[in-house]
Parts: sequence; C-alpha cells; structure tokens
Amino acid sequence: MAIKQVERDLTFRERIYILEILKALRLTARHLFRNLFVHIAHRFGLLRRLRGGVTYQYPEERRPFSPRLRTLHRLTRRQDGSPRCVACMMCETVCPAHCIYIVGGEHPDPQIEKYPVRFDIDLGLCVFCGYCVEACPEDAIRMDTGKLEFSSYSREGLIHDLQELLSRSTTPPKR
Amino acid sequence: MPSLEINGQSIEVETGSNVLQAAEQLDIHVPRYCYHPGLSVAGSCRMCLVEIEKMPKLAISCHIQAQDGMKVSTESEKVKQARKSMLEFLLVNHPLDCPVCDQSGECDLQNYYMEVGQYDSRFLENKIKRRKAVPIGPHVILDQERCILCTRCTRFCNEISQSNELGVFNRGNRSVIDLAPAKTLDNPYSGNVIDICPVGALTEREFRFQCRVWYLSTQESICNGCSRGCNISIHYNTSLSYKAGGKRVQRLKPRLNPHVNRWWMCDEGRFGYEFIDHNRIESPQLRAVQGKLQTSDWEQVLQEVSTGLKTTLENFGPEGIGVIASPQLSNEELYLIRKIFAESMGVQEIGTRNPWEKEGFEDDFLIRGDKNPNSRGAEELGLNSDVKAILEKAASGKIKILYIFQHNFESPEAQEMLGQAGYVIFQGTNWNKTVEVSNAVLPGATYAEKDGTFTNFEGRLQRFQQALLPLSESKSDIEILSTLARKLGYPVTYLDAEEIFREWWGRTYQELEEFGELLNGQKR
Repeated sequence: MAIKQVERDLTFRERIYILEILKALRLTARHLFRNLFVHIAHRFGLLRRLRGGVTYQYPEERRPFSPRLRTLHRLTRRQDGSPRCVACMMCETVCPAHCIYIVGGEHPDPQIEKYPVRFDIDLGLCVFCGYCVEACPEDAIRMDTGKLEFSSYSREGLIHDLQELLSRSTTPPKR
Repeated sequence: MPSLEINGQSIEVETGSNVLQAAEQLDIHVPRYCYHPGLSVAGSCRMCLVEIEKMPKLAISCHIQAQDGMKVSTESEKVKQARKSMLEFLLVNHPLDCPVCDQSGECDLQNYYMEVGQYDSRFLENKIKRRKAVPIGPHVILDQERCILCTRCTRFCNEISQSNELGVFNRGNRSVIDLAPAKTLDNPYSGNVIDICPVGALTEREFRFQCRVWYLSTQESICNGCSRGCNISIHYNTSLSYKAGGKRVQRLKPRLNPHVNRWWMCDEGRFGYEFIDHNRIESPQLRAVQGKLQTSDWEQVLQEVSTGLKTTLENFGPEGIGVIASPQLSNEELYLIRKIFAESMGVQEIGTRNPWEKEGFEDDFLIRGDKNPNSRGAEELGLNSDVKAILEKAASGKIKILYIFQHNFESPEAQEMLGQAGYVIFQGTNWNKTVEVSNAVLPGATYAEKDGTFTNFEGRLQRFQQALLPLSESKSDIEILSTLARKLGYPVTYLDAEEIFREWWGRTYQELEEFGELLNGQKR
C-alpha cells in the first residue's frame, strides 16, 4: 500500500506539549462531567432531550439490529412441519465459500418429490454473504434469526445440521 | 447436389438432406425438440421453424428438403417470434418444477427459454395435472407434466428397440405419454429414452437425486461391457465426495460414433459401472505363510513378486512361469505384458480367454455375447494360448508361479487347479474368487482410471481416456508392470500409455482418428 507522508511543522505552543495535554484533558473532563450530569438527570426523569454517551452492557444489553442484518441461518417449514427445502442445491451451488452440504432424497409425496436427507452448513467457512437466501426458489432458507453468537469449542461444533437449522425461529428485530 | 444459402452463407449438401442438417453443417444450431438424427421425422414440436424466401409461411426445417437456390433465414425476427410463441405454448402445462427436476442444467426447455423466452407469463388458467414420478421400467421414471409430447421416446421404442412400449394417449391438451397396456419399459435399450428426452419427462432412476448435472465432469471413454466398444462419456463427480455416498462415477452416456453405436448404448453397459467404485481392492495384499491375505505396501509386494519371478526364471527357466492376461486390459497393457513376459523372459504361452466364461446375451443390434472389451486386441497381439492348459500345468507343478490378470475363475474346476498351484500373483481391480487363492495381490486400475485403446470385435481400434485417479492405493497396470520390469532388470522406461501406443502403433493418440481405426489385417 502506498503511504503518503504529510510533513507538518509544529508550532512553538505545540512543541512544549503541556498546553496541548491540558487542552485534551479539558475535553475528556467535559465529556465525563457532562455524561455524569446527564445520566443522573435521566434517572430523575429530567433533561430527556439531551443524549448522554452510550455504552452497551453486552451481553446483558444488546444493540437493536437493523431488520436487513444477515444473522444465523434457519430453514423454514411447511404447514405440516416438514422442511420447505426441496434440495435443489441452488444455495449449495451459489455459495462462494462452499460451506453448504446437501444430499437429496425421495419424498414419499410425489407432489413434493425431493427433500433434503442431509443439510449441513459449516459456519467455520460461511462468510454470511446471504447468496443462499437470494438463490432459494422456495423461501426455505433465511438469515433472520437475530442470532450472531455461535462459537464452539470444536470445528465440528460449527457444522450445523438439518435439525438444528430447522429448530431455529425468527426473532423480530427490536425497534 | 443442391446448393442453398442459410443466413447469407452458401453451402452444398447431399440430395435428400433437410434444411436443419444443412444448417448444422454450417454450425448453425436450429432449436428442436422432436427432431433426432437417429429417428424418423415427426415435425410435432414446431421449434425448428425457419423462414424460406418465397414460401408463404414459416417451414419446419427438419422436414423440408434442401433444394437448389433456397434462401433460408434461421434468425430473422419472424422466426424468433415464432420460437417464442412455440415455447410459450409448450410451457402452458409445464409444471416448472426445475428445482427438483434432474434434467435441469441440461434441459432444452431451459436452454431455449434463456434465448427466446416469453418472460412475463400471460397464462391465467389452471395448469392440467397429470401423473408425476411414475416408474415405468427398471431404469426410467416418467413425469407426464413435464412432457412436451415430442414423441422421441415413442419413436425410439417403435423404430430402434422395436418393442413398442410407449405411446401417446388421449387427445388435445389431455394428451400424455404412457405405457401401452400391460407393458413395462424394460427392453435392453430403455436407457436411451432418457438421453433423447429433451426435457425432464423421462429421467434415470439410478441417477435420481444423486447429483445435480452441473457438478459433473465428463471424459470420453469406451464402454467395457462387451466387445462392441460403444463410445461413451463418463460423467463423474470427485469434488463433492458427500454426494451419492462417495460414488465417483455417476452415470454413463453414449457418445456419437456412426460406425459403432451411433447415438445409442445398451442398459447393460450404461448401468454396468458399479465395479469402478464398489468392491475394489484398495491396497496391495500378501498372504502370510498358510494364512490370510494381509494388507501390505507396494515396495514389499513388488519385492516379493520380483524375487519370486527371478528365482523361478533362474531355477526352472521360462517354463516355470505362467501368465494369464485379460481381455479387460487395454492394448497398451497387453503389449507391455507381451514385451516383459514373452520377449524379455521368454514365456511361451500367454493366455487371455477364460474357458469357463459363458457367452452372454447377444442381439443383432449392439449387445455382443463376448463381455470383454478387448478380446480381439489380445488375439491380434498373439496372446491366445489355452488358459485351461496353463492352469493344468500350474496344478501339476510344471508352472511354479502363475501371474493372473483380472480374471475371476469361479468354476470349481478352476478353483481346484488354482488351489494346487504353487504361487499365484493376482493383478486386478476387484475382489473375486481368484483373489481368494492368490498369494500376492496387486491392485490395478479400472478403465475409467487409465488411458488406452480397446480393439472391438470387428477390429476397430478406439481410444479411451482417464477420467479418475486410481482409487486409494491402486495403480495403473502400466505403472505396476513397469516398476516390476525395472526390478527384474529389464530396461522398461514407459511413463504413460501413449508412449507404448506410439511404439506399438507408430502414432500418437492425437493422430488416431476420432471414430477409431480398423486394423485391416495388419499384425503388430
């Protein structure tokens, strides 16, 4: 990467530093006392118009997600509870990370014909691009669970299977 | 010889050929469903309509004979509009279940729709429901909703297999393809209707839901099911190993060869690929003294085999060694066997034909009774001694060390003789009865895993190409034989089959003609 160096001559005031440090401390102190005052005032129901500085106490407190955010995948179900997925392998084909593994099988109902015997998503590989959702002709895969925590102690634990994907439900985005 | 003009290009064609064929010679593809070069003309799909100057209406190019001075246009606006309307019409009752259809990816409805589709549907009525996923034979499954009634399949059953199983029933928009009463589509060529069906109405039961077609790779090969040597394509999938239970070869499809199989192949060959991925010998085996076969490594097995051959040669001369080559092997491998065993060692008798093998089913179309692809090649190379005599000598102790390729000696008589034989080396692909009595087992490669040529029963030399790597630890037979020859001290330096072919036939594979060459009685 090209680096552009900007030469800047410091003035005498800047070179003795002490004044600059005091300037910065003033800024910090202003924020501290302002927030202290505003948050205390909020407790008493005052000064609602003013916004205090915000820190989310994750994981107890969570930021509201945008409704468009792509979160952990889920597979939707038909009315009878069986997976909507027909194992057409569009998502598997379009997946740029090759993290979806589908094996199709014969469905007892000839009107449905095909269903996934195996549907695994390897979240260790997934890049959350959402192409699978775009490609799906059956609205069978969605990324609207609102879950983003899926850490695991092993690589195998990151591979989510059909039952796991079906068991998730959507979380309506908080406003 | 009429000469005509198509899209501004002139061409001279043979008398009697139609406009579609003339266009094909100019590499102009005219969309078609019902036309197939191997079948009679039906003219029912109306997709191949072209505009011919001074003709009042568009004409179907599959049925109009090319005439002198014709001026044909296959891409004019009028033609495109006609195609678009025809497609709209054909899709009126089509279920559009491409996501679950095995044909999608190689479907002509999809292909032509991408070119000239009516993308905004005008159809408001309800689609007619028909029968779906009906197994109509051991290999074929029928979906009447997807059918566009091109009648290629019924014409195939009437004209090529001449078994008349399929027909069109009912009339108008209620027409369906179905089985004739009390019949099943079980003729020995039934698989061909899957290939010629331009849509997903007839699909393969074996391939059903195994793999999407766009995951498959293709390699040109020759069927090893019988001595006809039908030209085939091997469709395989090696990148997604979780599909179809890890099976690599997914299906075989016939490839056009006007001199051998034309567009067809038999079901026996089409579905006879299971041995490539099933019941294979995956690693070299050695029999402990009076014991069971144990997995070993190549170095050890080749060392034992070469020491055995060397000591036998020193103590008993070439008479102590018996070789039974196989008509399943390619010409190149047989040539190498002849070179090492006959020319270098001096073994007089090398047999190939299994005397207990019965002639299989044979008919007057493609299927041959001899189920080996290269019997003629072995014969031409002079490897045609009596196998029974070699086995008898081995049983009586005259032959000390017996080298068997590929053969499955199942008959009790052969089993008894093999049991009495001194030391048996087996080189082949699959577990069988011969392996059970062998002392050393060298896992070889199937025809899908190597290059080579087969000579079919009429003496046509045809090339097949490697699609897969040899399974697990197995190696190509040329590699095994070359390594063995070097261990025995013979200067064999072949790197691949082509080098042997060049030495044997005098030309490279590239120079071999596309549809194979007749031997014309020349012995090499």
